[in-house]
Amino acid sequence: MSWETVIGLEIHAQLSTRSKIFSGSATTYGAEPNTQASLVDLGYPGVLPVLNAEVVSMAIRFGLATDCNIAPRSVFARKNYFYPDLPKGYQISQYELPIVHGGSLDIDLPEGGRKRIGITRAHLEEDAGKSLHEDFHGMTGIDLNRAGTPLLEIVSEPDLRSPEEAVAYLRRIHQLVRWLGICDGNMQEGSFRCDANISIRPRGETRLGTRTELKNLNSFRFIDRAIRHEVERQIELVEDGGKVVQETRLYDPERDITRPMRSKEEANDYRYFPDPDLLPVLIETATIEAIRASLPELPTARRERFVREYGLSEYDAGVLTSSRELADYFEAAVEAVPGAAKLVANWTMGELTAVLKREGLDITDSRVDARALAGLVARIHDETISGKIAKEVFEAMWAGAGDADSVIEARGLKQITDTGALEAIVAEVVADHPEQAAEYRAGKHKLMGFFVGQVMKRTQGKANPGQVNGLIKAVLE
Amino acid sequence: MTALHAETLAELAGRLARGDCSSVELTRHFLSRIAAHDAGLNCFISVLEARALAQAEAADRRRARGEAGPLSGLPIAHKDIFCARDTRTTCGSRMLEGFVSPYDAAVVERLDAAGVVTLGKTNMDEFAMGSSNETSYFGPVRNPWDPARVPGGSSGGSAAAVAAGLAPAATGTDTGGSIRQPAALTGLTGLKPTYGRVSRWGMVAFASSLDQAGTLTRSAEDAALLLAAIAGADRRDSTSVEAAVPDYREALDAEPGRLRIGVPRGFFDEGLEAGVAVAVREALGEYERQGAALVEVDLPNLQLSVPTYYVVAPAEASSNLSRFDGVRFGHRCEAPQDLLDLYERSRGEGFGAEVKRRIMTGTYVLSAGYYDAYYLKAQQVRQLITADFARAFERVDLLMGPTTPTPAFELGAKTADPVQMYLNDIYTIGVNLAGLPGISIPCGEVAGLPVGLQIIAPHFGEAALLGAAHRYQRATDWHRRLPAAYA
Repeated sequence: MSWETVIGLEIHAQLSTRSKIFSGSATTYGAEPNTQASLVDLGYPGVLPVLNAEVVSMAIRFGLATDCNIAPRSVFARKNYFYPDLPKGYQISQYELPIVHGGSLDIDLPEGGRKRIGITRAHLEEDAGKSLHEDFHGMTGIDLNRAGTPLLEIVSEPDLRSPEEAVAYLRRIHQLVRWLGICDGNMQEGSFRCDANISIRPRGETRLGTRTELKNLNSFRFIDRAIRHEVERQIELVEDGGKVVQETRLYDPERDITRPMRSKEEANDYRYFPDPDLLPVLIETATIEAIRASLPELPTARRERFVREYGLSEYDAGVLTSSRELADYFEAAVEAVPGAAKLVANWTMGELTAVLKREGLDITDSRVDARALAGLVARIHDETISGKIAKEVFEAMWAGAGDADSVIEARGLKQITDTGALEAIVAEVVADHPEQAAEYRAGKHKLMGFFVGQVMKRTQGKANPGQVNGLIKAVLE
Repeated sequence: MTALHAETLAELAGRLARGDCSSVELTRHFLSRIAAHDAGLNCFISVLEARALAQAEAADRRRARGEAGPLSGLPIAHKDIFCARDTRTTCGSRMLEGFVSPYDAAVVERLDAAGVVTLGKTNMDEFAMGSSNETSYFGPVRNPWDPARVPGGSSGGSAAAVAAGLAPAATGTDTGGSIRQPAALTGLTGLKPTYGRVSRWGMVAFASSLDQAGTLTRSAEDAALLLAAIAGADRRDSTSVEAAVPDYREALDAEPGRLRIGVPRGFFDEGLEAGVAVAVREALGEYERQGAALVEVDLPNLQLSVPTYYVVAPAEASSNLSRFDGVRFGHRCEAPQDLLDLYERSRGEGFGAEVKRRIMTGTYVLSAGYYDAYYLKAQQVRQLITADFARAFERVDLLMGPTTPTPAFELGAKTADPVQMYLNDIYTIGVNLAGLPGISIPCGEVAGLPVGLQIIAPHFGEAALLGAAHRYQRATDWHRRLPAAYA
């Protein structure tokens, strides 16, 4: 039988606010355990939560960027369960009335084309603390630094049909939240996490099969592998006459398997009810419009504009809009050297990206800024230097030797474009190689490369290859 | 000259201002009253002698520098539900028997800033769940008017302390009547402000949408003095309201014009003891003599207020009390075997029977499959009750009736039947569900036991409420009576 995979993702994006969602504690990652936990985070008797207004505007930004509805009135609810790293015995979340609902995002399909993925809702909630089971000799340590960190939980419709689509969607959300400046997207530190709801059904069936939930998938690679495994497991199970049971499963990346965590029967009854300590979040249209007006140009629009305005390929435009910082860098460089967009694109994606990757730096930490790169590209564009020489200049610039012009000047790398001087060198080369000259004249035109090479050698690469070509032709033909 | 402990805060403030006595002398007087009488009454869980004397000395120094405010140097007691920095805050529970708060509640902070001296922390029903002070882990409080009887609850320690002259005033909290009912049963003025009028920061939560801090005093004037200090928005409590705080003391003497007083028919039903009805009718007569018009009004859903309350309040409590898990603070059982054992025994040992009953009730009404039938339905009825009051206030300025159906009952009389106990709050609970301000003032006696008149005002109508109470107290002297044993 042919099976169809149905996947929906729940993504937890940690909002990059300075302080927590309901307290003034800092949210910095990696601090000493329990040094960033106030009385509110610790759930002391008598303390009360106060909503950090910043998280509301961040959620609105996300909602607008995904064509969602922004609820004029949303409500925080308590999700009640006992766990040592959940100080109050309940998590403040949103349940019946989330702040954002009913939107979509387009993904590029692996086989080409685009697909629209529905976004059911996105709601605000607080994170729990961490239970540390190692180093405590059979006991558990609790670190509440993370307790109260703001999260936006983004829930997709079950619109994804393969692990590839799931990863493509996850990447688009990852790109978007970073683009909007609402999440740093750091998966190692847990700022961007994902759970996947997975089911299978015979192709052609419209009803959904029984789903399992895969928890805490924290890298793109794991997500792809975990989903693949789970789908295979379900198909095998059903084809062997078994039945999928609704349960939560955990992916073990070391053993590359998924294993059950808890079944539906064991699931908590969370006893959600509106949190009486917090007022409903009321959002006025004027607020939404002000935030809409402040939104940056979104990735898809910018990619399309790069193609249209700069004549880039879809692929190049896609790479250059993979992050807002990279796109900003590219555009700043293009503005400084108009008409050389393609060249700027090649240099940004080529030499620059390579050296950044080698040194583990972000584009914002680049030692050659957009203006400086434009200065270099300008010299290639006006043929002051060749592309080959430019690599040497770029390396010098990266090493801190100054801007392109001063490196070219100091090292005498300027191309020889004086026709007279080049003609003399060409004449010399032809005179020194009479045999080759004769062969060329006899029709062996591929010797052109040999002559150009000789000229480049004598000029230490500073001659313009095109110009040299023309001059040799003139002498030999 | 009356004894110091029979005087109102306003009178004691006058003494301090005139230099008749110092804050230290006043504080010593009340500390010695506590030492002499509290063993029999059990009003206090903690007496803060050193702290009180230090605060009194500081207040005297400020006065000497000419920096005294209206409350400077006046001693009061705090219900042990308010966190006070570096002092034990038990909430009447074994769960918090050893809990020393690292911070101050907003109410404590504001009164400290006003120069008030804290004599101690008063006994209360465990986690404010009770109407008789019999659920306290620290033992019941006795009513100074008759030690065989309860002082009411949950602010029973505060009420008994003021009634017996162990403190001139005390703070309390009122979730379903916990200030007004004990005030009625001990002959005091008990003010429950509008929900949101006073910050809940630092007040151990029972039912967050109903809890409100207030005062137990000898007079409406004293209530006005204290409310002026504790009222106002607090950015740490999102449910506190940004409404202007009027000059409550000045408002006491404002002429209200021809007051329209609504008398809810349902407040005088068969549950009301005859002697109480007589006393309350007489008080209404006094208002008529002062020129007010009495208007009968209906609150058609009032009889639903007790069942509604006993869904909403336990639901919120079941969640609010989840934080007491033995992990970070409060009682932890000996040698837990594993996590479940830690939870079960810590909570099993730390909470008393009434608290457990409400946690179970609350957990039940929020459970999947029951939520709509109980919690959601209760919230809908709550809207109806609120609307009933709103409709009544379209026709009248204030509502008046009894605070409780009976005077103080005997210890143990209702402990066997929780529903009988709950029905004691039948006239007060609706006010909490609607978030309205209410006050109870003494208006008579039945067989030597005080009776309370309840006055209810529209939201943020505390000034009118206090004004009406004050005018009654100018014309009568029920509020000046002291139990003979403590005169």
